[in-house]
Amino acid sequence: MSLVNIAGLHKHFGTNHVLKGIDLAVEEGDVIALIGRSGSGKSTLLRTINGLESIDKGELVVDGTAVHDGKGDLRALRQKVGMVFQQFNLFPHLTAGQNVMLAPTVVKKTAKREAEDIAKEVLLKVGLSDKFDSYPDQLSGGQQQRVAIARALAMRPKVLLCDEITSALDPELVNEVLAVVQQLAAEGMTLIMVTHEMRFARDVGNKLIFIHHGRIHESGDPKTILTNPETPELANFTRAVM
Amino acid sequence: MFVQFTTWDIVRNLLEAGRWTLALSLLAFMLGGAVGLLVLFLRISHNRVAQAFTKGYIEIFQGTPLLMQLFIVFFGLPLLGIDVSPWLAAALGLTLFTSAYLAEIWRGCVEAVPRGQWEASASLALSFPQQMRHVVLPQALRVAIAPTVGFSVQVVKGTAVTSIIGFAELTKTGSMLANATFQPFLVFGLVAAGYFALCYPLSLYAKRLERRFHVAR
Repeated sequence: MSLVNIAGLHKHFGTNHVLKGIDLAVEEGDVIALIGRSGSGKSTLLRTINGLESIDKGELVVDGTAVHDGKGDLRALRQKVGMVFQQFNLFPHLTAGQNVMLAPTVVKKTAKREAEDIAKEVLLKVGLSDKFDSYPDQLSGGQQQRVAIARALAMRPKVLLCDEITSALDPELVNEVLAVVQQLAAEGMTLIMVTHEMRFARDVGNKLIFIHHGRIHESGDPKTILTNPETPELANFTRAVM
Repeated sequence: MFVQFTTWDIVRNLLEAGRWTLALSLLAFMLGGAVGLLVLFLRISHNRVAQAFTKGYIEIFQGTPLLMQLFIVFFGLPLLGIDVSPWLAAALGLTLFTSAYLAEIWRGCVEAVPRGQWEASASLALSFPQQMRHVVLPQALRVAIAPTVGFSVQVVKGTAVTSIIGFAELTKTGSMLANATFQPFLVFGLVAAGYFALCYPLSLYAKRLERRFHVAR
């Protein structure tokens, strides 16, 4: 069985039918890039995977934890699914280290000493071991986003969701964040990312999914389908963004 | 036979009564704060019934005069067979009044915390109470301190209304002294000065806090 299984997923915002039956299987170690126009439903799809958006119909199973027609243990699901946001969303009243330690100590009841070791380890992984005691507003955007990645990693997620994590960054800060993601991918982390970085999706991803009008319109190996798109919609999209 | 009041007699009596104003203010503020925190939690919980109940609670106390609230407590509870002294009625009425206003002030502060903070903490599997305790309230508190201290001024001035149900605080004692001395202008001038002496430092303090938290992170 796949690590993430999505079957017949539907989602409405009022009368707006945003996701119209998504079927998706993600294997361990997959690096998946979700692309599509704004409003296509790609961000909504990503957010349903850790329960930030409810599911109207369909099934989502992550590593044995199931959400069926919107019912299920969301907190159990979220312990397996980490998320990194476009706007970082670090907790401004806590230092980088405290940001990372919060969920392990509060949710998993990890001892403080042990949580500190975890925090040091994940901050080292994102190259910020010297920023343990810095507050978010003392860090650059790129550093803040790397702390946010570390914060998600500290919960030892099975899969990490990235929602346009470089879109709010100044251009010169994009690469330091992408380098961290690339390293995670190389270490075998399962990643699902909504991204506008086509080159990154092609170079690092092993699967590309093009969402169009709430459906998976085309998917496959990034290099193949970006070079030779089968549908005119994907061809138009790649022409517009690349 | 008239008792002669010197100005010092008036001042001494007012000072003694002022202690009751101070005690009532403190009590109403502390109990009102505790109840208000409870109301706040119910108001922003995900429980529809609790939301509706606390919304109604706040609307009622904000939409009726404090005097009517005191009348209802003072005259209403005896109808149910519960005897209330003016002191108890005043304390209870002001506590409820304060709790409703503080809950609403604090709700505004909680809502000032960006949605992304809720989402990030939810995505880390924190429960609602954990989100409140570790992420939302610490940030809301920063914003809440200045308006909360500011509102304490309203509580102090609100205690004056309890004079009407016969609680002998500053205003009630003032009326009695005015009747006995035939010097209403002097007496009420002193009463007003007493309130000002209590409220002005609070206003100043609130302003200072506001400035401080404005520049702080």
